[in-house]
Amino acid sequence: MNTKTTLRITYREALKHGLREALINDDMVFLMGEDVGRYGGAFAVSKGFLEEFGEDRIMDVPLSESGFVGAGIGAALGGMRPIVEVMTVNFSLLALDQIINNASTLLHMSGGQINVPVVIRMNSGIGNQLAAQHSHSWEPFYAHVPGLKVVSVGTHEDARGMLLTALESPDPVIIFEYTSLLNMESEIPLDSGAMDIDKAKVRREGKDVSIITYGPGVYKALAAAEELNLSGIDAEVVDLRVLNPIDNETILTSVAKTHRVLIVEEAWRSVSISSEIISRIMEHAFFDLDAPVQRLCGVEVPIPYPKHLEDASIPQKEDIVNSILNMVQYD
Amino acid sequence: MENEETNPSPTIDAKLGLALLYQMILIRRFEEKSAELYTKEKIRGFLHLYVGEEAVAVGVMQSLTEDDNILSTYREHGHALARGVDPGSIMAEMYGKREGCSMGRGGSMHLFDVAKKFYGGNAIVGGHLPLAVGMALASKKQGQNNITCCFFGEGAIAEGEFHESMNLAALWKVSVLFLCENNLYGMGTALRFSHSIQELEKKGDAYGVESAAVNGMDVLEMKKAVEKATAYIRSSGKPYFLVCNTYRFRAHSMFDAQLYRNKKEVEVWKERDPISTLRNQLLEKNLISNDDIDLIEEKVKTEVQKAVDFAEAGTFEPIGELTKYVYSS
Ligand SMILES: Cc1ncc(C[n+]2csc(CCOP(=O)(O)OP(=O)(O)O)c2C)c(N)n1
Repeated sequence: MNTKTTLRITYREALKHGLREALINDDMVFLMGEDVGRYGGAFAVSKGFLEEFGEDRIMDVPLSESGFVGAGIGAALGGMRPIVEVMTVNFSLLALDQIINNASTLLHMSGGQINVPVVIRMNSGIGNQLAAQHSHSWEPFYAHVPGLKVVSVGTHEDARGMLLTALESPDPVIIFEYTSLLNMESEIPLDSGAMDIDKAKVRREGKDVSIITYGPGVYKALAAAEELNLSGIDAEVVDLRVLNPIDNETILTSVAKTHRVLIVEEAWRSVSISSEIISRIMEHAFFDLDAPVQRLCGVEVPIPYPKHLEDASIPQKEDIVNSILNMVQYD
Repeated sequence: MENEETNPSPTIDAKLGLALLYQMILIRRFEEKSAELYTKEKIRGFLHLYVGEEAVAVGVMQSLTEDDNILSTYREHGHALARGVDPGSIMAEMYGKREGCSMGRGGSMHLFDVAKKFYGGNAIVGGHLPLAVGMALASKKQGQNNITCCFFGEGAIAEGEFHESMNLAALWKVSVLFLCENNLYGMGTALRFSHSIQELEKKGDAYGVESAAVNGMDVLEMKKAVEKATAYIRSSGKPYFLVCNTYRFRAHSMFDAQLYRNKKEVEVWKERDPISTLRNQLLEKNLISNDDIDLIEEKVKTEVQKAVDFAEAGTFEPIGELTKYVYSS
């Protein structure tokens, strides 16, 4: 017998499968966003959906981020299960007031009377030479806000499954998806479905050093780990997945095992996710460390257009490899 | 508010006709070359072409002086060229070379040339409208009576920033020319799916902003409408909202499969091509000959090639300078 147990699929298709399943599962679910319908989705994720599900469930909205994200929050208050797509994270800044002053506060401010079950998906990331206004990494920004659950889709499995779980959350969930991964292929289990949105995950077991990362850092870290393996270094890769609230346990377990940590993220260095992880390691695992925690982050500059400068602005696989080679010299 | 149909056909002489034709053809050929260079991967990132809309940029620039400010969108090559930004520096910018008008850091969507008072290429829809109001406010406070001309698509009119800016400009009585290029689509969303009222010029009334609509496929009509708009602004110090009805012949960007419109519609609009419209008007009036047109094409070809050569010969900024210009010193 050679029945296949995995499916080879692009990240885009994985997102599409998840979204489609969500729409099929629950009539209260609908998708709203700029160009999700007639255009087929800015990144072709919802291509064909308008024909399949109709205008009521696949709603093209005008360019009005504050308006339609606010309306999505309102629809959630009114009993629907909206999936609001903000074309890219860059434009979510126009909706920030709605997300932060309404979605994240209403439960607490109303003394627990109303909750906001809205899911907001946004494409994100750096690497397509789109220049400063289109290359933001706002994960730390959103992760800063109490009341929001923030997840980062770094793998195909999560692209397939995170949305489904997010739709079960009684509270607002922000989902970061990544343009640079859309065309990338990978295998996922045939029966791959809903994925938890609580825990970080060890994507590769190792004993010498922990690479802690999220989003586009995950596959880069895995590739770096394979390369390091050739030099006899066994790196563990931890995918944070959930950026708010952060899962301490998985991080601390890994640190206790490897005693060395490199954190990798594309967001700007200061006041970032890595800053937070380092604080938590200092608070809870200082005596487990054999070497100072290191981090590779985005260079603090509005991301420039030319390829060579853009590449130099964010951590690359080679940077990860080199940092770790330096790091393991400490004893 | 004025209706486009009421404008009688404006007059023209050969010299002006040739100048307008030259500028429109320069934009057209520059854009075609850019598309070609994109497929050769010389130009990367997003590339939004202006083909079909040339009459708007060229018509507008005729009435602006070198003291007037200009702000634009990511679809701004045509505006920059019509303003007189050097084609070589635009092409070099799209190559990401340091000789580009923004030192290569901005690319196609972020052309800046402060010497020409060309304040960008903004890639956040609606993001530059409040800036235009502020620049006009600064002019007013300093006793200057220049105009700030702000180009944007009809998509931007759905954004709150349009409505806030119109109100502020009228409230503060500042000299902004709100210049809407209504090409009927914001990416793949047609006007009728994004605006409850599709006669966009009507929105001026709500804010007490004088407004009009004009046929943006005819450079002479454009020129006339903008003369009127700028005369109004210069004499009153108040804002003006001009809706230029036009069409983009090509895709939204280089990634667009155009599922949202049919080929027939595009072909129908192409019959109103602003370049052939002006050319035919000039030929019919015997103001120019076919030789004149050939000469223009030759001159444009040389100019575009010069721009490409300049960009090719340009250099990349060293990585060591990555963090330059994050702060002023
Ligand atoms: C605030 C914001 N939302 C979404 C986008 C993505 N986007 C870029 S261009 C565009 C369409 C804009 O249409 P319009 O204003 O009519 O200008 P046109 O492209 O037709 O010239 C969209 C949705 C953006 N750049 N900024």
